[in-house]
Amino acid sequence: MTRSRDDGMFRFTTAAFAAVVLLIVIAIGVELWRQSFLSIEKFGLHFWTGTIWNPVSGQFGALPFIWGTLYSSILALIIATPISLGIAVFISELSPQMLRQPLTYLTELLAAIPSIVYGLWGIFVLTPIVRKLELAVPDPLKKLPLFSGPPLGVGMGTAALILAIMVVPFTSSVAREILKNVPMAQREAAYALGSTRWEAIKVALGYGKSGIIGAVMLGFGRALGETMAVTMVIGNNPQVSASLFAPQYTMAAVIANEFTEAADELYLHALIEIGLLLFIITIAVNALSRLFIWSMQKRTGRTVILRPAAIEEVAA
Amino acid sequence: MTTFLIDTGTPRRIKAPVMQTQINGMASPAEARIRVRHFDFFYADAKVLHGITMDIPDRQVTALIGPSGCGKSTFVRSMNRMNDIIPDAHGEGVIEIDGRNIYDGGTDVVELRRRVGMVFQKSNPFPKSIFENIAYGLKIGGVRNRRQLSETVEKSLRRAALWDEVKDRLNDSAMALSGGQQQRLCIARALAVDPEILLMDEPASALDPIATTKIEELIWELKENYTIVIVTHNMQQAARVSDRTAFFMLGRLVEYGETNTIFMNPREKMTEDYVTGRFG
Ligand SMILES: Nc1ncnc2c1ncn2[C@@H]1O[C@H](COP(=O)(O)OP(=O)(O)O)[C@@H](O)[C@H]1O
Ligand SMILES: [Mg+2]
Repeated sequence: MTRSRDDGMFRFTTAAFAAVVLLIVIAIGVELWRQSFLSIEKFGLHFWTGTIWNPVSGQFGALPFIWGTLYSSILALIIATPISLGIAVFISELSPQMLRQPLTYLTELLAAIPSIVYGLWGIFVLTPIVRKLELAVPDPLKKLPLFSGPPLGVGMGTAALILAIMVVPFTSSVAREILKNVPMAQREAAYALGSTRWEAIKVALGYGKSGIIGAVMLGFGRALGETMAVTMVIGNNPQVSASLFAPQYTMAAVIANEFTEAADELYLHALIEIGLLLFIITIAVNALSRLFIWSMQKRTGRTVILRPAAIEEVAA
Repeated sequence: MTTFLIDTGTPRRIKAPVMQTQINGMASPAEARIRVRHFDFFYADAKVLHGITMDIPDRQVTALIGPSGCGKSTFVRSMNRMNDIIPDAHGEGVIEIDGRNIYDGGTDVVELRRRVGMVFQKSNPFPKSIFENIAYGLKIGGVRNRRQLSETVEKSLRRAALWDEVKDRLNDSAMALSGGQQQRLCIARALAVDPEILLMDEPASALDPIATTKIEELIWELKENYTIVIVTHNMQQAARVSDRTAFFMLGRLVEYGETNTIFMNPREKMTEDYVTGRFG
């Protein structure tokens, strides 16, 4: 066999694997759609906008779950992003050499803790703390929609916090990896022009910008799909509310909680349609972030430095 | 702020004749901009520069030559304290710029680097527009005025002989420029903060002959206004662009003097062997 034939085989095999991945994604989508067609047929687009979820009367609207998932994930993102970047910058730029490795292990260890453990910790430790904080919110602030309702401890705020804690190890690991890959020459260029350390760090962050946005989006993706820990602390009450105190519900949580109870077919199909929505939203978020990164690279004329290997390493 | 970088009023606009005296690799041009005395440098425990003593004249081009690994880069990077960012590295001895030892405790390194610009071997533009690259140094220096920024950007690009090639696409990414253009962009970026001394570490070694010629012509023009120290491992280049040449070997300054003398009539056998290509 000639070497060029070998090359051809290699190309074919890898292309086949890539095609399989794509096929699996499509197959999942099709299957979700097939298994939920009763609900799709009955509710159509109203499924997206309906706010009533009543299995007894057979009325299913997914908006509270979509809202709960997006709201909790966005809140988590807002909390986790600065913390993650801070950790990444500290480890890669500021910490003494000898602390780097231990700190890296430590953050990665956080990523390895099972979600149920976070959930238990959330119930027994975080919820009482959040309740105390909620009680401490001064009365005038309680008039704001953000802080309305009785202080229960369980609810959107606790869920967002726990999600943020779970997302930080991922985002910070990838961001750290990105910073590590920023060429020394970029920092030297900055220093040579009279940058302070902080300004040189900003240059490094700017160089890795698209990768760092990728890291943040990776965290967002994880927050969207996170089930167990959120289910345990969010209160599982389907309502659309801006309040951090209000018990709410997420898409992943409702599927996990109600799947075994779904007695009739329509109920089952409605739950699977929620799975389909989650699938679509996740893909859309991913596609949008890719698009954003891509357009940014077109502007700066540089290829991506987000190394997929780094992500896989952390995600594993 | 520090008092270190206040112009001491040295008459640098007046070009002084260079005296020909050479004592053991040490020369004394009448007007030294940079005075190096017994300078050693260490990477952790490894001593890579041994007792360097030399005077670098104002508004001339001084070339540092010598085989790879002899400490040329370490030495130029000591002159703007760029080596400070390398962990566990330190210098000992004196490097005076305009009469102030830059290794004194009170030196403001940020100010020092603004006065002593640097161009690296591999061009390292920021992934920003051409304009933003040049404006970067000004912006971190606190300049916000749009007009002042544009004027300086234009002036710097003209000085770096790049203006005509990029004036219609200042908002395009600097990464889209050719290698030679990127290197001139980096020179323009260094010039924009208005340094007085320009350090260049093999600025043309990654470029093709045409781009190299452009850079050399540029250096020739810049020495009117700047004190230039250039590292090169290309002997012809040293001969073409420099007024004075210092030959380094294994971390020591072997010989230093007028470029003509170093190339045509060196005092040391080692220098002669090196410049004639008998080793290297
Ligand atoms: N960051 C560093 N850490 C440790 N040793 C270094 C470092 N940079 C350079 N060296 C060593 O210092 C010596 C001088 O290097 P360098 O100044 O780069 O020489 P040149 O520029 O003349 O090739 C070499 O032996 C090199 O291996
Ligand atoms: Mg070198």
